[in-house]
Amino acid sequence: MLKYIRQFLHRPSGLIGTIMLAVVVIAAVFAPWIAPYNPYERVQVQASDILAPPDSAHLLGRDDAGKDVFSQLIYGARVSLLVGFTASFVSMFIGTTVGLISGFYGGKVDNFLMRIVDFLLVIPDLPLALVIIAVWGRGLWKIIFVISILGWTYTARLVRSQTLSIKERQFVLRARAIGANNLRIIVRHVLPQVIPLIIAQAVLDISASILAESSLSFLGLGDPTLVTWGNMLNFAFERAISRQAWWFLLPPGFAILWVSMALILMGSTLEEIVNPRIKSHHLFNPRRMVSLVLPVPPESTPVPAIPTAQEDS
Amino acid sequence: MIRFDYLVRKVIFAVITLAVVIVFNFLLFRILPGDPVKLLFRNPRLTRQAQEQIRVQFGLDKPIWLDTEALQSGDLEKAFDSQFTAYVRNLFQGNLGISFATRQDVGEVLGERVWRTVVLVFTGETLAIVIGVVVGLAAAWRRGTRLDTAALVLGLLTWALPTFFLGIILLILARGVLPSGGMVTPGYAAEGTVAYWLDVARHLILPTITLAVVSASGYMLIMRSSVVEVLAEDYILTAKAKGLSTAQILRDHALKNAMLPMITIIALTLGYTVGGAIQVETVFSWPGIGRLIYDSVAKQDYPVLQGAFLLLAISVILANLAADILYSVLDPRVKVN
Repeated sequence: MLKYIRQFLHRPSGLIGTIMLAVVVIAAVFAPWIAPYNPYERVQVQASDILAPPDSAHLLGRDDAGKDVFSQLIYGARVSLLVGFTASFVSMFIGTTVGLISGFYGGKVDNFLMRIVDFLLVIPDLPLALVIIAVWGRGLWKIIFVISILGWTYTARLVRSQTLSIKERQFVLRARAIGANNLRIIVRHVLPQVIPLIIAQAVLDISASILAESSLSFLGLGDPTLVTWGNMLNFAFERAISRQAWWFLLPPGFAILWVSMALILMGSTLEEIVNPRIKSHHLFNPRRMVSLVLPVPPESTPVPAIPTAQEDS
Repeated sequence: MIRFDYLVRKVIFAVITLAVVIVFNFLLFRILPGDPVKLLFRNPRLTRQAQEQIRVQFGLDKPIWLDTEALQSGDLEKAFDSQFTAYVRNLFQGNLGISFATRQDVGEVLGERVWRTVVLVFTGETLAIVIGVVVGLAAAWRRGTRLDTAALVLGLLTWALPTFFLGIILLILARGVLPSGGMVTPGYAAEGTVAYWLDVARHLILPTITLAVVSASGYMLIMRSSVVEVLAEDYILTAKAKGLSTAQILRDHALKNAMLPMITIIALTLGYTVGGAIQVETVFSWPGIGRLIYDSVAKQDYPVLQGAFLLLAISVILANLAADILYSVLDPRVKVN
């Protein structure tokens, strides 16, 4: 485990992603101490405060209601992280369960579950989330629910394909021979092999969930009682774009870009570590081509990357 | 001939998917709290006559699925005379209800707007595919060089970028140079057909670029990894040994084989592209289905919302079916399994 963390932080993309995410997490946790104003409090405003440009008391100016944009930005991190982590945790849980069952049992169960996955893959996500929230009503937990329900399909496919290859391997057959039942094999022998891949996928999922929430909020379906980056952009777009209030329009967008970039960097680095692919190809350097050709992997099935102690036990 | 079973399976799946979407659409707008159809009666904007028309059309006095009493007494015609059958019948007659906000026929509203979305998605996707394939191919060929790194960083950056935010940035940057929204400059139509279409094209530039940039990053990353895999195949080494030029290898061997997975990816991401189109149309006030959805959400115009969702879902399902058929034509390895 320590080895992987060291390997992860040694790659520039892993380190940069972690630092970028840490900034957002700190902002979210310590929001009341960092933000100069509380965006949930009512403020007395004068006409000149509306969309006032940045000054020393308001680093990023004020919004259409005279509130400090910088404070809203800090508090917005809370909602984004909450939505991202919760939704991706739930979809990771559903996806892993479905993938394990589907891959391990196969047959009719597998067929049925994979048709559900195919169905969800075909249906356009954002329009579906839009109509559900529009009819159901706006609310933070409803948004999290909808994003989780629509977001587990890729994890399920990934876990299924890994399970298919793992369940045929020696240590699983040995465990079965000494009398381990299906549940024990799945939980003790298959799951630990799949977890590194799931984590990499879940980190990428957090970014997708945050983007989904911000899109819904931008389209006017965010939780109206909360300060979120998507809601800020919705207000800014509706009321401030004609006045070119860049201090209100740009910060929430860059905040979303920042956090999703951080998570994508971390997720793809994790993926590279746990799932190393071919390192070179024949056209890379024509002169040294032959020496660069790597041995072809003996199996064409996906090879789980981590040799663990269970292999020998 | 040999692929007949495969096609039948795909068609059956598409039909089932369509059926589930129709049932879901029916359920969503009837069962969930809020019950939009019943809300109609509290809408003071509707006249008595219109309310009566809606009541008869949606069959609100009838049971939701089945009249079980009539079924037991053997009166089949009455048993199946329910809200659901009324909904399906209306649907197949192209009758999607009337808009709460404008009282226009929903089918007509969608019909006059759908081609605008088709134009936007088509030009945006075409541009995205061209950019994605060319950059992805170049990045994979020059793997590990500065070109590859630049392509990867840009790809990840645009991937992490919310579509609507890219639109807003372009809107601010191009202020004064390109039109900021809409489809035509008001009052421009009178100056002749060519001038009209040129004006439309000018309005199309920013939405197309936004949609293309966001979709291209995904295609580029997938194309890159697909080409990297292909380039490691033995037949590339063989081609090299035959003395073919790099351009020939890339074009005739790498590109052709790497393009196959792209077809599936393009079809699968079409649902995502449609979501992007909603955001792009909203930002640039492009009067297509996406902007219609945004406006309908604000006005709580449920019949329009329901119709628009159904139209988008059906289009994406059919496009996926088309991609499956195309794939089986292009890749002779796809057979009955």
